[in-house]
Amino acid sequence: MTIMIDENTKVLVQGFTGKIGTFHAEEMMEYGTKIVGGVTPGKGGQKHMDLPVFNTMKDAVADTGADASIVFVPGAFAADGVMEAADSGIKTCVCITDGIPAQDMMRVKRYMFRYKKEDRMRLTGPNCAGSISPGKCLLGIMPGHIYAEGNVGIVARSGTLGYEGASQMKAEGIGISSSIGIGGDPINGSSHRDILELFEADPNTKAVLMIGEIGGPQEAEAAEYFKENMTKPLVAYIAGLTAPKGRRMGHAGAIVSGKGESAAEKVEMLREAGVVVAPNPSELGSTMAKVMKNIT
Amino acid sequence: MDIHEYQAKEILSECGVGIAEGGLAYSPEQAVYRAKEIGGSKWAVKAQIHSGARGKAGGIKLCKNDEEIWNAADELLGKRLVTHQTGPAGKVVYRLYVEQATDIEKELYLALVLDRDKQRVVFVTSTEGGMDIEEVAATKPEAIHKLEVEPAVGLRDFQARELAFALGIKPELISHAVHTIKGAYRAFRDFDATMVEINPMVITKDDRVLALDAKMGFDDNALFRRPRIAELRDKSQEDPRETAASDRGLSYVGLDGDIGCMINGAGLAMATMDMIKHKDGEPANFLDIGGGASPDRVAKAFKLVLDDEKVKAILVNIFAGINRCDWIAEGVVQAFEKLDVKVPVIVRLSGTNVEKGMQMLKDSGQPIITADTLAEAAEKAVAERNRVANS
Repeated sequence: MTIMIDENTKVLVQGFTGKIGTFHAEEMMEYGTKIVGGVTPGKGGQKHMDLPVFNTMKDAVADTGADASIVFVPGAFAADGVMEAADSGIKTCVCITDGIPAQDMMRVKRYMFRYKKEDRMRLTGPNCAGSISPGKCLLGIMPGHIYAEGNVGIVARSGTLGYEGASQMKAEGIGISSSIGIGGDPINGSSHRDILELFEADPNTKAVLMIGEIGGPQEAEAAEYFKENMTKPLVAYIAGLTAPKGRRMGHAGAIVSGKGESAAEKVEMLREAGVVVAPNPSELGSTMAKVMKNIT
Repeated sequence: MDIHEYQAKEILSECGVGIAEGGLAYSPEQAVYRAKEIGGSKWAVKAQIHSGARGKAGGIKLCKNDEEIWNAADELLGKRLVTHQTGPAGKVVYRLYVEQATDIEKELYLALVLDRDKQRVVFVTSTEGGMDIEEVAATKPEAIHKLEVEPAVGLRDFQARELAFALGIKPELISHAVHTIKGAYRAFRDFDATMVEINPMVITKDDRVLALDAKMGFDDNALFRRPRIAELRDKSQEDPRETAASDRGLSYVGLDGDIGCMINGAGLAMATMDMIKHKDGEPANFLDIGGGASPDRVAKAFKLVLDDEKVKAILVNIFAGINRCDWIAEGVVQAFEKLDVKVPVIVRLSGTNVEKGMQMLKDSGQPIITADTLAEAAEKAVAERNRVANS
């Protein structure tokens, strides 16, 4: 088993006919993802890469029975695209787009509350690399070949640092059940904690690697969740030990603006909660290897 | 993006927040003229830099006559002010704001922030105006009152009243305070701000509610729809290296060390800097070249790192997903051919087309040092830096 996406996931691409949407749709199909069509308003009825294009998400879901979508719509319009996905009955939505205004994301989160929790779409991102269940489904922009199949879950704010984690583990002979990118924005669809809950409930996931960074409260929240509810081992790494306070380090959300938001403070909170913290970013794989040895 | 105090006051004033009479000056003559225009008998001459805590750094001067105003302006213009927010380099004063001084009855604190935990706009108020809010939180937390705004309905009157009463404002001034609080919220919402801080918000002896100092920060991601805010950008307040980078669509932060970095992805960039530190080196910068970087863009980024004179070695670390290692290699080789590269360069490539990229580096004949892992790359970069520094 995996979390969120598997070999049966049927995917729609939002922003399908654009350059970026086309490129990544091709890559995902090559990996084996079941792309069933896409949406570009005004181009409904056309075919793109032999797949149907729709004007609206509602039409697309009704026609294809899709349960997931991936958003490549530009920042100015992406929040609207995510809300459209939520309204169409999509269950899992990955938003790759970088540059969505924070107040738009605030409204997206509020909008999603109109659905009962059990019916609510699960959103990951924005500003993320996407998700993968190796060998089954790639819903993102990552290089698929660096992920081996296995039973360690990954949740990461950063895309490329997530790749680093997956490839270090592959070198140690450790595979991945699912890897979920939650993105680098200050307000995102799912938190570390949300994804940890899914991994905790997934029988095929034996341990989890969490890659966090400076800024925001989500690593502290994850530490608390781990301490109170998690039975599986958690290895963590927090990027940005050398980042100065008050400076934004690339990601809109990677800024230390208050107490508890620096890497050192987060590491301390995680350690106190009993999480194994990798001492540096080149020991993500070896730290996980040690942890795995103890549980198998 | 940050703006100046006078710009924030102009926006807040349009939204209904009271401010004292004031005007902008670029010269001592103009400062004196502004004071005459404004009228009154006491003025504050305030240095306009993108930083708080200007008072402590000597950036705000109280003046009683023309001569004092002239002298204050003369001293401040062109001066480099160092506050705890500017870093040791400080920021140069090019503009002054001359404001009528007010007789203060009470100093209060009012701020709005985008709270990442609540995922909402949150008001933070305190009865301890003029003080740093983090200091108040540590020493007198009971003085702080917080209130969340529900995004679907916005700020309600009863909420604004709650804040005003919590600030201890007397009943006859409540409606005035409510007007101010709602105005601050409107400015935050309508201009895609990430922060509004009025510190202090004062009650004057003649019963007015005024924003005496104001700071606003804006969401860079929303500037496309806020042309009025985008126009207020003041490049003189930015690190010139960072301005050059952002003009080229690169994300760069200058730091104090001497190992230059060029990396793809913000998380990997931070991790690489951490790794350098772990090997006892100091990074000179944060630089994320982003996804899908062409050889040309790589070469430009490389030049940016090289332009920093204190850089003694350069570490390039790319984990290519959308990026292609062969493009990165081509960009690095291009930079070597076009620029005078005197410092050692360590390149670590991984991911899409890695073999092709590594081969290109080898075939170029340039003295490029390669590494297979993050740890090896950082180790080599620090060793090379030490070799250069000790030679």
